[in-house]
Amino acid sequence: RNVRSRWRNYDAELKSARLEATSLEFSDSHPLKPISVTDTKARRGTRKGSTSSSSSSSSLAAPDPLSCMLDGTDPLSMFAAETPSTLHVPFDARKKEDEPVGADFEPWSMKRGEILARFTTTEKLSINPGSSAVSEKVRTRLEELDDLEEGSQRELLNLSQQEYAHRIEELNQSLKEAWASDQKVKALKIVIQCSKLLSDTSVIQFYPSKFVLITDILDTFGQLVYDRIWSMCTDPRPLPDSFTVDDVNDTAKETCLNWFFKIASIRELLPRLYVEASILKCSRFLNKSGIQETLPRLTAMIRGIGDPLVAVYTRAYLCRVGMEVAPSLKDSLKRNFFDLLGTFRQISGESVRSQLLTQRVEMPEYLTLYSPAINWILQCSAYRAPEVWTETQRVKNALLLNSVMRAFRPEFVATRAMDFIGMIKDCDEAGFPKHLLFGSLGRCLACADPPESERLTILNEAWKVITKVRSPRDYVNCAEIWVEFTCRNFTKREVNTVLADIIKHMTPDRAFEDAYAQLQSVIRKILAHFHDFSVLFSMERFLPFLDMFQKDGVRVEVCRSIMDVFIKHQLEPTRDPVILNAVMHICKTMHDSVNALTLEDEKRSLSVLIIGFMRVSFGRDFEQQLSFCVEARATFCNLEPVLVHLIHTVNQLAMETRRVMRGNHSRKTAAFVRACAAYSFITIPSLSSIFSRLHLYLLSGQVALGNQCLSQADAFLKAAVSILPEVPRSISVEGKLRSSESFLLDFINNFLATLLVVPDHPEYGVLYLVRGVLNMVQDYTWEDNSDAKVRVYVCAIPLLAAMSQETYLYTIPKMDSNETLYGGDPKFLSEINKMCETLIGQILDHLKSLGREESTRRQGTLAFSLFCVLLAHGDLRNNKLSQLAVNLWNLSHKHGYCETRISVRTLEYMKHQAKQADMSHLSDTVQRLALQSRT
Amino acid sequence: MSVTLDIRLKRANKVYHEGESVAGIIVLSCKEAMQHHGISLSMEGLVNLQLSSKSVGVFEAFYNSVKPISLISCNIEVAKAGKIPGGKTEIPFEFPLNAKGNKALYETYHGVFINIQYTLRCDLKRSLLAKDLSRSCEFIVHCQPQKVNLGATPVNFTITPDTLQNIRERSLLPRFFIRGHLDNTTCVVSRPLTGEVVVESSDVAIKSVELQLIRVETCGCAEGYARDATEIQNIQIAEGDVCRGLPIPIYMVFPRLFTCPTLETTNFKVEFEVNVVIVLHDDHLITENFPLKLCRV
Repeated sequence: RNVRSRWRNYDAELKSARLEATSLEFSDSHPLKPISVTDTKARRGTRKGSTSSSSSSSSLAAPDPLSCMLDGTDPLSMFAAETPSTLHVPFDARKKEDEPVGADFEPWSMKRGEILARFTTTEKLSINPGSSAVSEKVRTRLEELDDLEEGSQRELLNLSQQEYAHRIEELNQSLKEAWASDQKVKALKIVIQCSKLLSDTSVIQFYPSKFVLITDILDTFGQLVYDRIWSMCTDPRPLPDSFTVDDVNDTAKETCLNWFFKIASIRELLPRLYVEASILKCSRFLNKSGIQETLPRLTAMIRGIGDPLVAVYTRAYLCRVGMEVAPSLKDSLKRNFFDLLGTFRQISGESVRSQLLTQRVEMPEYLTLYSPAINWILQCSAYRAPEVWTETQRVKNALLLNSVMRAFRPEFVATRAMDFIGMIKDCDEAGFPKHLLFGSLGRCLACADPPESERLTILNEAWKVITKVRSPRDYVNCAEIWVEFTCRNFTKREVNTVLADIIKHMTPDRAFEDAYAQLQSVIRKILAHFHDFSVLFSMERFLPFLDMFQKDGVRVEVCRSIMDVFIKHQLEPTRDPVILNAVMHICKTMHDSVNALTLEDEKRSLSVLIIGFMRVSFGRDFEQQLSFCVEARATFCNLEPVLVHLIHTVNQLAMETRRVMRGNHSRKTAAFVRACAAYSFITIPSLSSIFSRLHLYLLSGQVALGNQCLSQADAFLKAAVSILPEVPRSISVEGKLRSSESFLLDFINNFLATLLVVPDHPEYGVLYLVRGVLNMVQDYTWEDNSDAKVRVYVCAIPLLAAMSQETYLYTIPKMDSNETLYGGDPKFLSEINKMCETLIGQILDHLKSLGREESTRRQGTLAFSLFCVLLAHGDLRNNKLSQLAVNLWNLSHKHGYCETRISVRTLEYMKHQAKQADMSHLSDTVQRLALQSRT
Repeated sequence: MSVTLDIRLKRANKVYHEGESVAGIIVLSCKEAMQHHGISLSMEGLVNLQLSSKSVGVFEAFYNSVKPISLISCNIEVAKAGKIPGGKTEIPFEFPLNAKGNKALYETYHGVFINIQYTLRCDLKRSLLAKDLSRSCEFIVHCQPQKVNLGATPVNFTITPDTLQNIRERSLLPRFFIRGHLDNTTCVVSRPLTGEVVVESSDVAIKSVELQLIRVETCGCAEGYARDATEIQNIQIAEGDVCRGLPIPIYMVFPRLFTCPTLETTNFKVEFEVNVVIVLHDDHLITENFPLKLCRV
């Protein structure tokens, strides 16, 4: 057979095929334009002030657009946050002044969980009903009830904490059940029993948690009573939220009054107080001034509670109720606080002392039991009432002072920081160490700034105390808090001093081993304020500080957080040797943590961080850049993605050199680009992923060609060909095993396209590389029942056709391709033709075998693709070839698998082509192609 | 054939004063029409006196209770014998609340030996085969506002070992000094008893401070009279070893029904007292008694 490719005029074809160009107007709203959102987040009550809302994510030169978008608030919630503030600003502002409790008041629900988690015990608890001494008549009634609900009043001993909590929850449930089944007396009885438990201070460490559990029940009860009375007033229409006494009907009032009378006759003080407080809200049904009169009375009644701990928690509950039902009644809130101050001396009294002795609880521990309640009382009474301050200035007690600092707004404390320091110095330290006080002060200063002029004095005064703390644990807890203040207000010099001090304290006896969490927090705080890495690394003690992280996991985590910040904020490539050395060190630490057990994900994320560091630039000093890459390769040899990135960097470096030299390499630059090629060539084999290797060989080969490094290009391509047989039949993609065939085919096609411009090596035969590829394809063990091999052959034909043209479709500037080398030598052309014949022969053999195997669909598809190739690239004036084409057409249509639409369009295309000069022969061929109508 | 009978007063709190009229409805509900032999409604106010076993012999007390004193009694026929239609039937009624003859209407009071109670009772008579139905309902009478001088005259008190009576060995007592005051011993029943108590000093820890409300009932009879004091309620105002020198509020709501304005008649007397009780940790019980005069304004 005589196969010949047709002659192509690529320029003319391109012109005829080109679409008409119309100018496009770029509108502002391009869907792919980076979204830039400006930060207009509503200022919420972020008292803890730790999350700086860095959400102005205009993706300018962002390292990773995805992570950048996810950083901070996402656009949707930002939008949601934006709406109220922009749309209702005047409304909001007005409301804020009116409302007695704003969003800046931290609600009880936030404290609840904290208390439960903090105050726990392993000791055994008991629920002791005590002797109920209600009036005789009631008692007999209650006893009757007892018979009904066996067990609810039995004394329970030896409960674990969980059992206790569980039991309380059961009581809560039975309260609801009793209520639902209209057993109001039983419900009241349960509530009384529960509040009675609060007078029991055995297992005192658990008391705050017990308080939380039991007040939950009281809340339930209060709500039930309120809802019940409210529902009695729904006729004719439900009460408005702002109802007055006149809207309430007599029956509801009577019921409500009954509750209050019933509660007033509870014998014991504590249940009477708690239960009345719990239904205080119901006073609204009876009279206007009820709450106003009751709150001060209940406040005064608390004085009757002898145990200071029980009393302080009762006060906390009353404040809670007060804040809920009448937040504007500041007086009784304040009264609670002042009474608390007045009775504080009881804590050092004889009864408390003997109680602690029998329970074997130390004074400092006992005092911490007070803090949730005192904090809460102060928070309530000082809320928008800074005048409480004058009273608190008299406080000489450390515990109270601590609560004071926690209760007032940080801004308030910050402006008086010097006063507080004075008070801390003066106060009596018994049982409550000063470093805790400084810790609380530091926490305030971390979110609010004191006056500029006082800052340095404050830091000096505070640090003077902190540095004297003996126990490393106490020291680091306190120091960690103050780092935030230091970072916020001072320069690297002061921070460096602080770091030095921490190192000094934490190094002896390897104390740092127990304080990794705090030390990490120190690093986080520094990173949050110092984004300039040249400043950061010029702190002398920063790297020594990092050296304290000696546990592998923690160490890597710290490195990670540093690198995160580095990638986010070091936007400009740097060549500062200080930064490079330090970051290199950090990255090396991360790299060295990788071992055989490291998870893939872990490796991936570490690689991403290290690659982030690779964005260094030495400007025009390409050689130094290359040597940096050499060093990096040596350092990060275990992380493949890093190596891949390095190869890309070096390839880019070579191309950058070419750009700078405008394609004309000098001797020096030529040597440099060869060095780059050498770098890639020796790096690639160390990669384990076969496809990475293949693609990088190809890419590096292309780069070498572009830089006129012929022998290097040859070497790359030969290497690629030589590893083709190693490609496994299946590879793992995202954890799943998949056939590698499609990847391989893609690669080979890509590879073949490159081969067009590769000039033949003078020492090897014609089309040495093409033959090489085809031989490899021939020998490769393809999957059974696969046409892959033949499809490669079909794809190789267009390449051979392109090679036989006088001018090639594309060439590399300043490099001669085969077109110039052979200059259309007939021998060369016949060599190509011979190869084509061989290929077509192979394909036809395969088609025949497919016919035998009854795989007619595959046969049809394959035949049609070969037909298309012949039509596009073959010279159909040749009769044999045109006959072959016709046969292939028929074969592809024989079994009706061909898509008619494509067939029709193919015919139309041929008719269109036939109109052009030299192509008229096509019309004859078209005549012979029959369209098969589907039956 | 079920039928229910109910008396509903117009006032939710069921409180009436002399001269007013007690108004309400009788509610009859039955599934189908029902035959009856008449419905009547009666109103009655009674003072029940009982002699305590302490004053007279046990058996005597049991049998020999004094005859009840009737304060008011009237009866009306609501419906003549006939038929009630099925469903809910409401029959309104109204009684003028006026005492018999020259007697006064005392305030409702539930005590141990003396009970003053006002009831409405509705009877529905039926044929021989079906049982008669009856329903009674208590209503509460408050006496007319009294003109009392309620001048704020606080009653101060001081309790030390020396002020105590009724003790065996004064020298065994621990030392203590407790003072305080009641805002007024003439109290309005509808308002709480108030005052303050301050533990200035005490050698022994305080266990509890309580307010004990006492009723003193006196019944006159042929043999003389019987006077009995019993506890109505006991309210704890302090628990545990309270802070020294800090005033603790005295506050007690007078329970309804169980208290009434202090009453003195020819046949019986109802009076009230309050005890301030201080329990020390060694179970010493210190009591200070205050007679009260209750009134209604």
